[in-house]
Amino acid sequence: MVKEFDIPVLPTYLETPKLKEGVMDGEGPFKSTQEFQNPLGFPGEKVDNWQKVAIDKIGELKSKYRSLQVFLDSCVKCGACTDKCHYFLGSSDPKNMPVARQDLFRSVYRRHFTFAGKYFPKLVGAKELDNDMLDDWYNYFHQCSQCRRCSVFCPYGIDTAEISMAAREVLDVVGIGQKYCNQILGKALTIGNNLGLPEPALRDTLLDLEEEIEEETGGVAVKYPLDQKGAEILLITPSADFFAEPHIDGLIGYGKVFHQDGVSWTLSSYASEGANFGMFIGSYDVMRKAALRIRKAALDLEVSRVMVGECGHAWRVAYSFWNTLSGVGVGAADEFSKKLQDQLDHRYPQPQHIIEYTHDLIQRGKLVFDKSANDDRTVTFHDSCNVARATNMGGILGGQFILPREVIKAVCNNYVDMERSTIKESTFCCGGGGGLLTDDLMEIRVKGAMPRMQALKTVEKDNGVNTLAAICAICKSQFSKVLPKFDFDPYMIVSVHQLVSEAIIMDKRKIEVQENKLEAD
Amino acid sequence: MSVISIFFTALFYITLIVFFIGMVKKIYQFGITPAPLKIPIAPTPLTQKGVVMRIIREIVLFESLFRSNKWIWLFGWLFHIGLLLILIRHMRYFWPDDLPDIFLLTQSFKYAAFVMVFGLIGLMLRRIFVERIRYISAPSDYLMLIMLLIIGISGMIMTFTSNHTDIIMVKEFASGLVSFNWKNLPTEVYFLIHIFLVFVLMAIFPISKLLHMPGIFFSPTLNQVDDARSKRHIAPWALKQEQEHATRLEQILGKDE
Repeated sequence: MVKEFDIPVLPTYLETPKLKEGVMDGEGPFKSTQEFQNPLGFPGEKVDNWQKVAIDKIGELKSKYRSLQVFLDSCVKCGACTDKCHYFLGSSDPKNMPVARQDLFRSVYRRHFTFAGKYFPKLVGAKELDNDMLDDWYNYFHQCSQCRRCSVFCPYGIDTAEISMAAREVLDVVGIGQKYCNQILGKALTIGNNLGLPEPALRDTLLDLEEEIEEETGGVAVKYPLDQKGAEILLITPSADFFAEPHIDGLIGYGKVFHQDGVSWTLSSYASEGANFGMFIGSYDVMRKAALRIRKAALDLEVSRVMVGECGHAWRVAYSFWNTLSGVGVGAADEFSKKLQDQLDHRYPQPQHIIEYTHDLIQRGKLVFDKSANDDRTVTFHDSCNVARATNMGGILGGQFILPREVIKAVCNNYVDMERSTIKESTFCCGGGGGLLTDDLMEIRVKGAMPRMQALKTVEKDNGVNTLAAICAICKSQFSKVLPKFDFDPYMIVSVHQLVSEAIIMDKRKIEVQENKLEAD
Repeated sequence: MSVISIFFTALFYITLIVFFIGMVKKIYQFGITPAPLKIPIAPTPLTQKGVVMRIIREIVLFESLFRSNKWIWLFGWLFHIGLLLILIRHMRYFWPDDLPDIFLLTQSFKYAAFVMVFGLIGLMLRRIFVERIRYISAPSDYLMLIMLLIIGISGMIMTFTSNHTDIIMVKEFASGLVSFNWKNLPTEVYFLIHIFLVFVLMAIFPISKLLHMPGIFFSPTLNQVDDARSKRHIAPWALKQEQEHATRLEQILGKDE
C-alpha cells in the first residue's frame, strides 16, 4: 500500500535542489469516511455539485478571513519563499514550494473571483477547479505542515498555512476530508482526547505513573490528580503525554515540578487533550468546539489557573486563539467567559505555558537541581514551529526562544544551538506537523525531516550533541520515527521536562511538613 | 487639439478613474474583511509601536526580503527606490506654475532611472534563469516587467540621448491634465509609448499583483500586535455566531451539572 521511497542523503550543507516535477504526486493521505465526516458537520462523500460548493466556500472564506483575501491578491511571485519549505528542500517537488502550493488555490481564486482571471486566464495563470486540480489540492495541501516558515521570509508576510487551512476546509465541505485528522477530532470532541482514552483508563495510567515515580525517587509521593475540584492549576496537555515515549517522561517532569512547588493541580478527564486538530483542518467552528471543552473543564473544576503542557500547536491555539474562541484570558463578554474570567487569578498570565511556570520557579530559586545528572548529555533544542513563530512566552520579545533555553541550561551543563538559520523564527519543522503525523504520509514526513536532520547532523559531528530536546508532542513522535532513518539514535529525542525531571532534587521532608500542615488545617 | 492629444487626454482620465475606483474598492474590501484570529508572525512585536516600526522597516528596507534572499532584495529594492525617486521627479511636469526652488533638489533624481532599470533587468534575469522562479511565473509576470522596462528605457532615451522630447510641451500637457486646461502633447514615439504604458499600468493596478502595495498594510501576519492573552480579539461574524450559539451551548454546558 505505502509506496517505497529513497531516504534523502544528508548533505554537508543544505542546498536548494533542482526541481523534479511530479515526484510527490499521488493520492495523498487516506480519505475520511462518512463515520468521521458527519459528526464534524461535513458530508461523508464527494458531493454531486462539488465545484459549485467549493467555489461558494472559497467566496465565503475570503470574506471572513482578511488573511486569505490579502494573501491571494498580494503575491508578486518574487520567489523569496521558493527555497524555504522543508518539504520542498527534502522532496524537490516544485509544488512544495510555498508559492506554488498557494498557486494551486490562487489560480482557482483568480479564475472565479478576478477580472483578469475571468477574461484572460492564460495570461495570469488562472485555472479551473477540475478533478485534477482537486486531486492536487488534496495531495499537496496535505504536504504542508502549516509551520509558517515561508511567512517569515515573505516580504508581505504571506502565510501558506492560512491558504492550506482554507483549502482543507473547502475539501472538507465538498466531502473529501483527511481520515487522520477527522477521526482524531471525533474522539477529542466526544471522549475528550485524541487517543480516545476514557476516564478509567486515564486514571489507571496516572496511578501507575505515581507508583513508578515513587519507586524511582525512593518514596517521594508525586501525585497526578484527575478531576480534582478546587485545585489551583488545571493542566491541559497533549494526550500523547499519558502514553507515548518520550512524552511520558515530560509528564513525569511536570509532576515533579508541581510537587516541589507544593501547588495543587489537576488534570481533567473531560478535557484531557491539549492538541486541537480543528486548527489543522482550518475550521474555526471545530476548533472552537474543542476549545470550549477546556473552558467547561476549568469552570467545573473551579481552578484559578489554566496551564498548557509541551505541545506546539496546542500552545498556539491556547496562547493566540483561546481568548478569542472561549474567553480564556481577558475581555470576553459572554456569560461563561465572564464567569471564568472572574474565577481566574489574573496575577498569572492565562493561559500559561508549563515552561513559563518552571522558568519562573527557577528564577525565584524554588527548584534545586543537580545538573551533573545530565552530564552524559550534550543537548540541543529544536524550536517547534508553532511555538516559535506563532506564540510568545514570558511576555518579553522572543521569550518563546529564550525561556526554553534558559530552562534547559538551568538543568544541563552542555548545551549547543544548531545553525542560526535553522532555529528560532527560522526553525525547520520536524516534518510531521499540521496533521501529517500519520503512517500513510511517511514518505513526505521523512523527506520533510531532512533539513532539520541535516542541522542536527552538523552539531552531532562538531559538538558531540547526543540529545535533542523539544516541547511539542508531534515533534517528539515524529523524531522518534524519523531519527533512525537518518542514522540517529531514536531515543535522543526528549522532552524539556524530562531533562528537568532528571536533574531536579526532590525534597521529601518539605512535602511531609506541608502535608501535615494540610491535615492540621 | 490634435486627435492624438484628445485620445491621450481621455485615456488619462479613464485610467485615472479606473485606478481610483478599483483601488478604493479593493482597499475597502481589505478593510472590511475581518481577521478573526491573531496570527502575527515571528519575530513578533508585542506593542503597537513595535508593529508600526515593523511595517515601516518592511516598506522602507524590505526587511523580510533581505533576510530571505539577498539577490532578490538587491534588485527589488533598487527598482523600488529608483521608481520612487523618478516619480518624485516627475511631479515637476504636473506642477502648474514655475517650479519652486525645492525642485532643484530633485534634479539629480533622473539618474535613478539607471538604478531602476538595473533592478528590473536583474529581476527579469532571475525570472528567466532561476528554475524555481521560472516555474512560478505566469506570462503576466514577464509582461509586467517588460512594460516597466519599456517605460524606464523610453524615459531614459528621452532624458539622456539626443531624442529629447519637447519638455515644455510635456509640462503644458501634464499640468493641463491637472488643471483641466488641456493642451496638445508632443507626438514623438518614445513619449507616446512611455505614457501609454504608464496609463495601462495604472489601469491594471487594482486587478493585478501590483496590489501588493496596499496589501502589505493589511497583512495580518505583519500588522497585528502579539497581545492575544491580555486583549480579546474577535471578528464581528464570530461574535455573532457565538451569540447565536449561546443558547445551545448553555443547554450543553448545563446538562452535565
